[in-house]
Amino acid sequence: MSVLVYAEHDNASLKGVTLNTVAAAQAIGGDITVLVAGSGCAAVAEAAAKIAGVSKVLLADDAAYEHQLAENVADLVAEVGKGYSHILAPATTSGKNFLPRVAALLDVQMISEISGVVNATTFQRPIYAGNAIATVESSQATNVLTVRGTSFDPVAAEGGSAAVENLGVAKDAGVSSFVGEELAKSDRPELTAAKIVISGGRGMQNGDNFEMLYKVADKLGAAVGASRAAVDAGFVPNDMQVGQTGKIVAPQLYVAVGISGAIQHLAGMKDSKVIVAINKDEEAPIFQVADYGLVADLFEAVPELEKLV
Amino acid sequence: MKVLVAVKRVVDYNVKVRVAADHSGVDLTNVKMAMNPFCEIAVEEAVRLKEKGVATEIIAVAVGPKEAQEQIRTALALGADRGILVEAADVQPLGVAKLLKAIVDEEKPELVILGKQAIDGDNNQTGQMLAALAGMGQGTFASEVNVADGSVKVTREIDGGLQTVDLKLPAVVTTDLRLNEPRYASLPNIMKAKKKPLDIKAPGDYGVDVTPLVKTVKVEPPAERQAGIKVADVAELVDKLKNEAKVI
Ligand SMILES: Cc1cc2nc3c(=O)[nH]c(=O)nc-3n(C[C@H](O)[C@H](O)[C@H](O)COP(=O)(O)OP(=O)(O)OC[C@H]3O[C@@H](n4cnc5c(N)ncnc54)[C@H](O)[C@@H]3O)c2cc1C
Ligand SMILES: Cc1cc2nc3c(=O)[nH]c(=O)nc-3n(C[C@H](O)[C@H](O)[C@H](O)COP(=O)(O)OP(=O)(O)OC[C@H]3O[C@@H](n4cnc5c(N)ncnc54)[C@H](O)[C@@H]3O)c2cc1C
Repeated sequence: MSVLVYAEHDNASLKGVTLNTVAAAQAIGGDITVLVAGSGCAAVAEAAAKIAGVSKVLLADDAAYEHQLAENVADLVAEVGKGYSHILAPATTSGKNFLPRVAALLDVQMISEISGVVNATTFQRPIYAGNAIATVESSQATNVLTVRGTSFDPVAAEGGSAAVENLGVAKDAGVSSFVGEELAKSDRPELTAAKIVISGGRGMQNGDNFEMLYKVADKLGAAVGASRAAVDAGFVPNDMQVGQTGKIVAPQLYVAVGISGAIQHLAGMKDSKVIVAINKDEEAPIFQVADYGLVADLFEAVPELEKLV
Repeated sequence: MKVLVAVKRVVDYNVKVRVAADHSGVDLTNVKMAMNPFCEIAVEEAVRLKEKGVATEIIAVAVGPKEAQEQIRTALALGADRGILVEAADVQPLGVAKLLKAIVDEEKPELVILGKQAIDGDNNQTGQMLAALAGMGQGTFASEVNVADGSVKVTREIDGGLQTVDLKLPAVVTTDLRLNEPRYASLPNIMKAKKKPLDIKAPGDYGVDVTPLVKTVKVEPPAERQAGIKVADVAELVDKLKNEAKVI
């Protein structure tokens, strides 16, 4: 067996979720190769070469891969991936964007967002907003999988010394081009990697009130998330949405403030170790999953929380 | 230009599904079914393109059981012009994508709009697979779509924020939650929809083999969380987090 892991990065540094994906590759077994595709990303390849358990790093450094355009990346991965029994990418918006394209090019049915490895051909994955866990088996020549990062503990970032091999080939598929991006800037930890996440919902009433959560978050070194209702209402940007159709988080501590606990929201956070809910409605479904529930007006409770932590 | 929209029949998003006792799947007897919410957004976007004079005809396609005609009728009531149902059960995304590709070859739409994910399988694959098979560009997780001069600009919701790409037409777009707010069908439009054309096809008509490639071994309920406790005030909460849970 041989596993190809697609590295997630921003051309400057390797994203932590790559380490969780390598962990899934280790659970599958066999030789692990990491593919780094980007532009001016040699430093990323060097970082990938140090990951514990990685035996080879392939580097495709070309302008065609700078913005991870799915059309270009998929052609590359489908070509490089042919010799492997498994192709893995993190289940991020990037992995979800290009990997199904790779699978179709290879004529295989991909398996999305695996949360467990039973053996090299049998995997677990959540369906129906995490209300059921399916065990699925594939007898295809290549297994194409996205990996739910929060379900696998990351491997060590250091300890390996793999060789980096430059792939000379690069091709622009010629059907898409990058126009621009607006990336949220934040000094807080990344939502999916943070040890503590504090999320606000419709109960926050407006974007300014999120300041209260930012203050608590900064004292705790936490990331701030939101429910769909808070994003739809324009309180906060889309990249903060936690849930079935947003980001999946599983921190040590998740604090839900003014969030009712719809199944779509629970799907994104119910694997957190400890859940706290602050809600003025004692019947709110969020209390059914909360380890510690506080029935209170958030406009009183959150400022007090900021003082006491 | 012609626009093709894919609409999937799924369990209504309000339903909390239960795993069947024999763990073969989920229990769907007497469960309310509906159009996948992301597909409603896809239909709405197509209808808006038609209202703007960009789209000339909207074709709604479903792959599913006979009952999926209901979801096509809903799409027709919302403004689609005609429908195609490929009757087949439990087709996996690659199979759906191959069927859609065959329909794209026949109908030659300039734009295909799908949901980003179906809320039952949660696969988030079909649009990307169709784009690959058709050799088209893809604008997934769209929060804004602008068609002009033979191309489409798509703003996409990505992990770090928003990204905008420009795709040559024909292209594939998959919808995210913020693209639009779907309208409700009016009663007169629901009546009119009954008279709009709806073709029923079989996978064989397109020469597509939809045999599943991935087998479901079993389906189990997720681990239950233990019910927790209510704390009296913020001071007790902080004390518990520090001294009992030891997470802060
Ligand atoms: C296809 C689809 C996908 C979806 N995906 C997601 C997803 O990924 N993530 C997600 O979160 N949702 C998602 N949803 C939406 C989900 O169904 C809910 O609508 C949403 O999570 C509700 O957000 P909320 O809890 O903030 O708002 P509400 O349900 O309105 O709850 C607000 C809560 O705040 C409390 N509150 C109000 N004022 C105060 C106060 N002063 N003090 C304390 N408490 C207060 C109220 O008691 C209430 O419980 C999706 C829905 C669909 C149809
Ligand atoms: C418990 C369970 C067990 C299952 N077991 C099997 C099995 O053993 N064998 C099997 O073949 N299948 C099985 N299925 C069905 C199958 O896994 C999914 O329904 C199928 O993979 C489609 O995935 P998706 O809808 O999540 O695709 P996604 O890629 O998430 O769908 C994205 C978008 O593509 C479009 N689309 C997708 N499907 C259709 C469609 N049918 N018609 C029109 N548009 C569509 C829609 O616009 C949709 O919004 C099972 C499903 C479940 C829930």
